[in-house]
Amino acid sequence: MSRQSNRTTDGKKMNSELFTLTYGALVTQLCKDYENDEEVNKQLDKMGYNIGVRLIEDFLARSSIGRCQDFRETADVIAKVAFKMYLGITPSVTNWSPAGDELSLILESNPLVDFVELPDNHSSLVYSNLLCGVLRGALEMVQMAVDVKFALDTLRGDNVTEIRMKFIKRMEENFPAGDE
Amino acid sequence: METRFTRGKSAILERSLTRPKTEVSVSAFALLFSEMVQYCQSRVYSVSELQARLADLGQGVGASLLDVLVLREKNGKRETKVLNILLFIKVSVWRALFGKEADKLEQANDDDKTYYIIEKEPLINAFISVPKENSTLNCAAFTGGVVEAILTHSGFPAKVTVHWHKGTTLMIKFDEVVIARDKALEGR
Repeated sequence: MSRQSNRTTDGKKMNSELFTLTYGALVTQLCKDYENDEEVNKQLDKMGYNIGVRLIEDFLARSSIGRCQDFRETADVIAKVAFKMYLGITPSVTNWSPAGDELSLILESNPLVDFVELPDNHSSLVYSNLLCGVLRGALEMVQMAVDVKFALDTLRGDNVTEIRMKFIKRMEENFPAGDE
Repeated sequence: METRFTRGKSAILERSLTRPKTEVSVSAFALLFSEMVQYCQSRVYSVSELQARLADLGQGVGASLLDVLVLREKNGKRETKVLNILLFIKVSVWRALFGKEADKLEQANDDDKTYYIIEKEPLINAFISVPKENSTLNCAAFTGGVVEAILTHSGFPAKVTVHWHKGTTLMIKFDEVVIARDKALEGR
């Protein structure tokens, strides 16, 4: 769906603060709109999924990366290319399960959470949950069903932020779009 | 002394304000913002409500940005004059948010309470196609909210609205007291 346009943004970068603050405003709004943290987490994941579905197009068009052979290669591309391209960070990939279907992305810094402090009454809010949705949505578009969640989060006092990803199955080609 | 005063509860208080500049991709922001617009749209019935919601979101951004910019760039000194706060917005705020100064700052000919900040191609709108049936919609209402919060929190109560005029124009209408105070300050 790449569109010919003179407004391409190839490699264009911007100060991360507008991004961070905008995301913060969104989370704040969701906390007002929904009754509990679980609902907010769910909504963030859903919005992330929508973003991921669109982001993968942008990513494939820009990175000229072909099909990944296995989950290890996928993980490398996510950490070294995709995170670098969109968020300007490179998480490390560790904690592989023996079967090679589970891994952790360790984020030293997370641009979504600069300026952020969680108030005590939002202890079960997963602030950056949007990222899980993004990863899930983007990988679904390349026929990989994955489970993504935050295992550790610096916002809750952990030393690092860890995203745990689990490969579930390869999806059928021609999967009807938008049918979850 | 209690430990809560000597040791910060969270790391955020220990962080330097002048961090090395970090960057994200414009696409990341565009996708996030578009998702926000859609979310707001799903909960409103009219264009003006949608703009109001976007402006509300912008208010949150403006309030946090004001403190950090004043500390970083102004040595903690706040502005007291109308012209100075407007220049602060045109230069510092715009640079922090969009990496450039705003295109133009003008005062209305016929009204000393009204000012305009004009931006030919606002970043916020770069990826938004406005549907024909709501051609008044301007997602720069978000930026309007940011500016309104910065003005209000600096002690310059004002209303900021967004219009399609020479690109996108933010119309700033100050409260009467602001202009009266400014004139009094000038007299001294």
